[in-house]
Amino acid sequence: MRYAMAIDTRKCVGCSDCVVACQTENNVPIGFCRDWVVEVIDGTYPNVSIELRTERCNHCDNSPCVRCCPTGASHIEDGGIVLVTPDKCIGCGACIQACPYDARYSHPDGYVDKCTFCIHRVRQGSDPACVSVCPTKCMYFGNLEDSNSKLVNVLKNRKFKSLAPEAGTKPQIYYLV
Amino acid sequence: MREELFVSGRNIPNIDPYLNIWHWQIPIYLFLGGLAAGILFFAGVFFIMGKEHKMRATVKIAPMIVPFALIVGLFMLFLDLKHKLYFWQLYTTIRLESPMGWGSWVLMIMTPLSMIWSASYVTEIFPGWDWKFKFLKDFESWVIKNRIFFAWPIAIYAVILGIYTGILLSAFNARPLWNTSILGPLFLVSGMSTGAAVIMLFSKDHKERKIIGRLDILLIIIELFFITHLFIGFRAGSEAQINAANLFLNGDFTAPFFTFVVILGLIFPGLLEIMELKGYRIPIYIPAALILLGGLIFRFLVVEAGQLTRYLY
Repeated sequence: MRYAMAIDTRKCVGCSDCVVACQTENNVPIGFCRDWVVEVIDGTYPNVSIELRTERCNHCDNSPCVRCCPTGASHIEDGGIVLVTPDKCIGCGACIQACPYDARYSHPDGYVDKCTFCIHRVRQGSDPACVSVCPTKCMYFGNLEDSNSKLVNVLKNRKFKSLAPEAGTKPQIYYLV
Repeated sequence: MREELFVSGRNIPNIDPYLNIWHWQIPIYLFLGGLAAGILFFAGVFFIMGKEHKMRATVKIAPMIVPFALIVGLFMLFLDLKHKLYFWQLYTTIRLESPMGWGSWVLMIMTPLSMIWSASYVTEIFPGWDWKFKFLKDFESWVIKNRIFFAWPIAIYAVILGIYTGILLSAFNARPLWNTSILGPLFLVSGMSTGAAVIMLFSKDHKERKIIGRLDILLIIIELFFITHLFIGFRAGSEAQINAANLFLNGDFTAPFFTFVVILGLIFPGLLEIMELKGYRIPIYIPAALILLGGLIFRFLVVEAGQLTRYLY
């Protein structure tokens, strides 16, 4: 089992619904977020190209945040989901420094918080909140080892990239381009 | 032309607009750790060499400030934690992959060792001192007889502690400025140099100061070489590393780095020490204070600048 996500940058309209859905579903404190939308504009008028993509923790295969955690609070769950156990986290900030995607933040209660791939929903067979609300259905969540899944299908047939692969983290969010 | 912006907004304090999760506590902690490592290394090595009586300040007096430096340093680390009441979780696991994990264990060993070491010299330095309880006196005489078994681990752990202050930063590949293996040796040498500066401040013996002064000049030269090496490596590296180096070579940190670290913190005190060896009379606290200040500012700049460097955005 290897959970991953593919995000179609050509379908995304940047509505930020995924952000609000995550904040609501996971009770994210006001002023913080576990996912966010980036707009990248290349070129100068009139030759402009635009890419919209929703970003979050990449649940990396080689996750530096888990490696540097001194207490083991940051750990990898079944299916490759990277999680933080609040009661083990001392709030040292090492994992925040270690993340090339800046996907972690210090929760006002002291521990470090991040995207969980909505593991509580996934375990019940649903999609993560961000995926399930997307109005353009630009996000595909699934198991990379299940060759019949939509996720694997879309990765087989489309060109894709990942963010900062040069950081050596083996990120598991794929952006369809 | 390329422009990237957060459409959804991402106003996360201490991460946006730039990462600043580690504040002033961490550089002070790294500085004190390096300083303690330097002092203990010299104390251990000169004791093993049998120079206990010739190098009085090195072996006996200067190590007395080490337990205080380590305790203040650990307190700084504690202040930096955001989930403070859970700090004991550090000592429920052994995680060798995490520099902060094994570093906290090294400190756990080093702090009591340095306390025992300096306590064993208290009655010698302060003749009026009385340990009051018999078991303390017995323990003291046992330590005095077996000092050599403390000197070796102290010298070895001092090197580990000094290197650790650099590896703590260099293990983060997400921060290109820190992600270089030279940072460990560089912080070790810099820590030893600040340790030598403290010893020189305490020493009243001209011969001892000469020996430590010579060693310090050597350390300063090695440090300058390592700094050059650091930037050569960055300039030959990836784009993220070139950008990181440019913060120091052609950016916001250039002026403070070259003024306070390279010139006032290394070259100038080095020259003063050379002049003193040549026979000029130079008040020792001038080069010593400059080296200490340079070492402290160096850590502030590296911690601050490292958090500005990243791969994305």
